[in-house]
Amino acid sequence: MSFEPRIVGFLCNWCSYTGADLAGTARMKYPPNVYTIRVMCSGRVDPGFILDAFRNGADGVLVCGCHLGDCHYVEGNHKCMRRMPLTKKILEGFGVDPNRLRLEWVSASEGARFQQVINEFTDQIRALGPADLHDLNFSPEDVLAHSTAGTE
Amino acid sequence: MAKPTLAIYWAASCGGCDIAILDIETKILDVADFFDLVFWPCAMDFKYDDVRKMPDKSITLTLFNGAIRSDENYEIAELLRRKSVVMVAFGSCAADGCIPGLANLHTKDEIMKYVYHQSPSLSADNGITPAPETIVPEGTIRIPALWNTVRPLTQVIDIDYVIPGCPPQSDQIAAVVSAVIDILKNGKPLPPKGTVLGATDKSCCDECTRKRDVKKIKQFVRPFEKAFDPEICLLEQGLVCLGPATRGGCGAKCVAAGMPCRGCYGKPANVRDQGAKMASAIASVIDSTDPAEIDRIIASIPDPIGTFYRFSLPDSLLRRNQS
Repeated sequence: MSFEPRIVGFLCNWCSYTGADLAGTARMKYPPNVYTIRVMCSGRVDPGFILDAFRNGADGVLVCGCHLGDCHYVEGNHKCMRRMPLTKKILEGFGVDPNRLRLEWVSASEGARFQQVINEFTDQIRALGPADLHDLNFSPEDVLAHSTAGTE
Repeated sequence: MAKPTLAIYWAASCGGCDIAILDIETKILDVADFFDLVFWPCAMDFKYDDVRKMPDKSITLTLFNGAIRSDENYEIAELLRRKSVVMVAFGSCAADGCIPGLANLHTKDEIMKYVYHQSPSLSADNGITPAPETIVPEGTIRIPALWNTVRPLTQVIDIDYVIPGCPPQSDQIAAVVSAVIDILKNGKPLPPKGTVLGATDKSCCDECTRKRDVKKIKQFVRPFEKAFDPEICLLEQGLVCLGPATRGGCGAKCVAAGMPCRGCYGKPANVRDQGAKMASAIASVIDSTDPAEIDRIIASIPDPIGTFYRFSLPDSLLRRNQS
């Protein structure tokens, strides 16, 4: 069975989630790999959510918000646009490819664009392969593995 | 009647927590008066066998500092858990991983190679890498194996309380000691299991006396780069101060002395990942809406992962370098 990426998508209520909904009602086909989570604003997306998604098995994380200047809360997407590059730096520090995190602005009328983003991102993550995080939890059975892991 | 017994142990530790305990100065006499010290390798001559011979649950209180990164650390942590009524993760190493935890940015193999073969301070590379078992003519020499991933005590043992800090500030240690003696002497109830002692539920900013205003940063700076106003918030002046994402209780002494908080008390209450929260806070104060300028401002923070996760890497959501 070939690898099917699991992508978590944080979509802002006012633009991106509505745009995704438009893609749905217009019957635009896109791969089912994305698990959408509606947030009120892309500015709500805490870097901790993104790390948590990877910890719980996501291979890629997509954050979508309103275009700059269109945020329902005026500046929420500004905060998001500052948080995402810094979160990418942190992912890099953790040895996770920062390309697994993607920020896109999708408006409520851009159903086709949402479809395109999901198509592209799913292909990109499929090419990158599983995120394959390890050593997240301690188990006493691992004690021997702890001593020998990381050696030739 | 027998005195309550006390054990203090250090695992992957720098010894600072033991010194911080001694720094309670004359209060240490109250400790020695009230408790029977049954195990404190840092300060007194006890052997592991002394502990093995004790009945289970015969140590009233164990203060365990240091992270778990070797078979020995783990063995003694388990041993002390069996022998103790109350076991406390004492200090940042035991609570979150702290400085030894930064080893999680590398693999054990990389570390062994660097330390024993590549370090610039090596006088000569004799080609030998220490191993858990070495066969010599006289027999087999065994040393505890090092782990690939450093764990805070809280991840490997079911502990009762946490006292955070690198080290926990001595005035807080003294306060906790007084509270413990009060509880044991007067039969008062213990706090709920898992309570964080010797610290507040707010962030370090709450204890900071500097003046706070709107933060707009065009460039982050390092402490040597300029003179700083002693009255104004350090984050506002461009220093990467982890106060907003660090548990209070230390009295904000570093900030009072002009040094930005480094986050040694670990994550505040209700926060899961200290570094992620700090990234969120830092990103909020960046003063730009231009992607290229934002990248430039972010680049003025050297080593984001080491800065935001200096004390909490093993406790973070992703635990270690995953590549």
